[in-house]
Amino acid sequence: MSQLMSGAKILLECLAREGVDTIFGYPGGVTLPLYDAMFDNPIRHVLVRHEQNAAFAAQGYSRSTGKVGVCCATSGPGATNLVTGLVDAMMDSIPVVALTGQVTAKLIGSDAFQEADTFGITRSATKHNYLVKNINELPQVIHEAFYIAASGRPGPVLVDVTKDVFQGNAHYTPVTSIHLPGYKVYTEGHTGQIRRAAQMMLEAERPMIYAGGGIVLSNASPELRELVELVDAPTVCTLMGLGTLGSEHPNFISMPGMHGSYAANMGMYNTDLIIALGVRFDDRVTGRLNAFAPHARIIHVDIDPAEISKIRNADLPIVGDLKRVLPKINAVLKELKPEAGDRPGLKAWWKQIREWKEEHPLKKPVSTDGDIKPQYLMQEIDRLTKGQAIVCSDVGQHQMWAAQLIRFNEPRLWINSGGLGSMGFGLPAALGAQVANPDQLVIAICGDGGFQMSIPELATLFNFGLPVKVIVMNNGYLGMVRQWQELFYANRLSQVTLDCFPDPVQLAGAYGFKGRTVERPSELAEALETAFSDPGPYLLNVRVTPTENVFPMVPAGGAINEMVMGPPQPVATV
Amino acid sequence: MLQVITLLVENKTGALMRVTGLLTARGYNIDSLTVARTLDPELSRMTIAVAIEPHQRRQLIKHMNKLINVLQATDLTDAPAVIRELVLMRVRAPQESRTGILKEAEIFGARVVDSTVEGFALEATGDIEKLDEFIDIMRSYGEIEVTRGGAVAVSLESKKLRLSPPVPRGSEEAKSEEKNGVI
Repeated sequence: MSQLMSGAKILLECLAREGVDTIFGYPGGVTLPLYDAMFDNPIRHVLVRHEQNAAFAAQGYSRSTGKVGVCCATSGPGATNLVTGLVDAMMDSIPVVALTGQVTAKLIGSDAFQEADTFGITRSATKHNYLVKNINELPQVIHEAFYIAASGRPGPVLVDVTKDVFQGNAHYTPVTSIHLPGYKVYTEGHTGQIRRAAQMMLEAERPMIYAGGGIVLSNASPELRELVELVDAPTVCTLMGLGTLGSEHPNFISMPGMHGSYAANMGMYNTDLIIALGVRFDDRVTGRLNAFAPHARIIHVDIDPAEISKIRNADLPIVGDLKRVLPKINAVLKELKPEAGDRPGLKAWWKQIREWKEEHPLKKPVSTDGDIKPQYLMQEIDRLTKGQAIVCSDVGQHQMWAAQLIRFNEPRLWINSGGLGSMGFGLPAALGAQVANPDQLVIAICGDGGFQMSIPELATLFNFGLPVKVIVMNNGYLGMVRQWQELFYANRLSQVTLDCFPDPVQLAGAYGFKGRTVERPSELAEALETAFSDPGPYLLNVRVTPTENVFPMVPAGGAINEMVMGPPQPVATV
Repeated sequence: MLQVITLLVENKTGALMRVTGLLTARGYNIDSLTVARTLDPELSRMTIAVAIEPHQRRQLIKHMNKLINVLQATDLTDAPAVIRELVLMRVRAPQESRTGILKEAEIFGARVVDSTVEGFALEATGDIEKLDEFIDIMRSYGEIEVTRGGAVAVSLESKKLRLSPPVPRGSEEAKSEEKNGVI
């Protein structure tokens, strides 16, 4: 049974079969036939104000739901504008399908209007990409794209479709299966390795669980929690893994790494067994490699064989999907645990961990005299959201303070650009997350730098009635760069001052919603409550201490046990 | 030292670019690359000779294996394998050196594929170092022009080719399998 359909309609039919309900996009010349077909199609199209933000919004949609996010752009500049969003999705393994238009097949290579080699440009920006010049290949390619994006280690897939394919007609027969003989996905884990891993976990005296974004991606939080409780190990969650073990869980020891907590880093330095789950030993976590966990053996579970022993040799590698592997490890743990006795080393280890936590807690009383301290802002957001809001962060100091100080009881609540660190990510990601979660409180925390990269999307928020609360932590600087210039470049502040921030009342007002500036700590709680309870979008500009720095800090290339805990104390002079 | 990697890839647009892209992204210059169809016209066999730092090699081959279009990437550097190259060469040969050239060619098992008053066109195959020597010797006779074919290799041990089976997709049945976490 087949029927004659246009390529544009075939594409939309395939999207419907993949369960797509939303496309974030921006139309253009060669996608005209596609947009014409969308005119009376039930799939919702969210018109953003820049293609980069379509890719970020598709990520926000995906990161908050686990479903594949879809974005769409025209040829040439439309496609090149997507690239940052695609690389960002690649670095954080986020399933996104990007659809781009291409000039008519016979014009390719002729420097046609708005022609760019999208297939070539996005080769390294995607997990896989396609150029479709033949309408008969289109259905197969679309279903392959979704399968590749979502399975194995997820990632972005781009499908570049020529205008004549959209316009052409073909007899469409629904695809029922796809065949990618070279695409290997290892899910189950090696039974023998799983057993040995469980033994090692129970033998270790100072185990640490190091949980990352892979737990989020495989929806393995419940299985992680069970493992944590069976091994009773202190657990750190990476920037990408925050929320996989709820922030209030007694075994949770915050985030490790460059701006991780003292206890997390001291734990990672002194452990004798790292149980690495869906992580990639990022340089922001390990610091100087030869000083990272020098006494530890490593169990590394990951779905991507190329991650195993990439940075740190794994003593016991397991290649598999955490959702499949963790229950098997847990089953062996339950079987072996009665024989393991009461593990006296572990008690001493916990005592030590608690001492470290008490010595340098992340959450400290913050002065409420004078300026609003950025830490106070994050603590107030934490107090009001109670670990339940979706918080989308931009990149910089505010991202680190938010990661340190805001609780997340569940995965998929903390959404940030971890690997690529793309400024401008926060607001469009929140837009996408709010589209996917219309009834949930979605907050975009931005710096005054990143916010100004995405300002146009305020229009999209208003257009689509998306009640995102945009909180700008405004210190008048590109704060993280300023911090490094202060600490490592003799405080020679070069091109980091951001003068002229638009008045938020007028700015938000111009777009049709409310905005406000707060400068005094005493106003902050009320201002946040007002913003959170407003039915529409809200722009809250929070003026904070301009020169506050993020601590603890492991300087780049430093050892994780040699953290800088705070600013140098003033020395009394005689 | 040169390493030799052999890949079985789908004979599709972009497959070559994906493989070489992994090398260029890491700043490696490819010494030689050959690619041609296999018995199955839907597949191609690729042989790459490249100098990679040893600690990066394993990682790189894992990345090659991750490419959707790559069915198998194998490191032949330290594995039992036959590695050969073809050389075509034009040698200027005046009367007095013709006999000498032919003798050397015979020693190296090269064939004369064309002969003119000016000289010979020679064809030689062999392992890469042997051909280097042959080229050096021929150069001693005067001006030569050489085209090297690049290393081609075949592994001497059969490695099991693991291929993924078709997966249901695009239908209700596929959706329910997805929900159950099959993929």
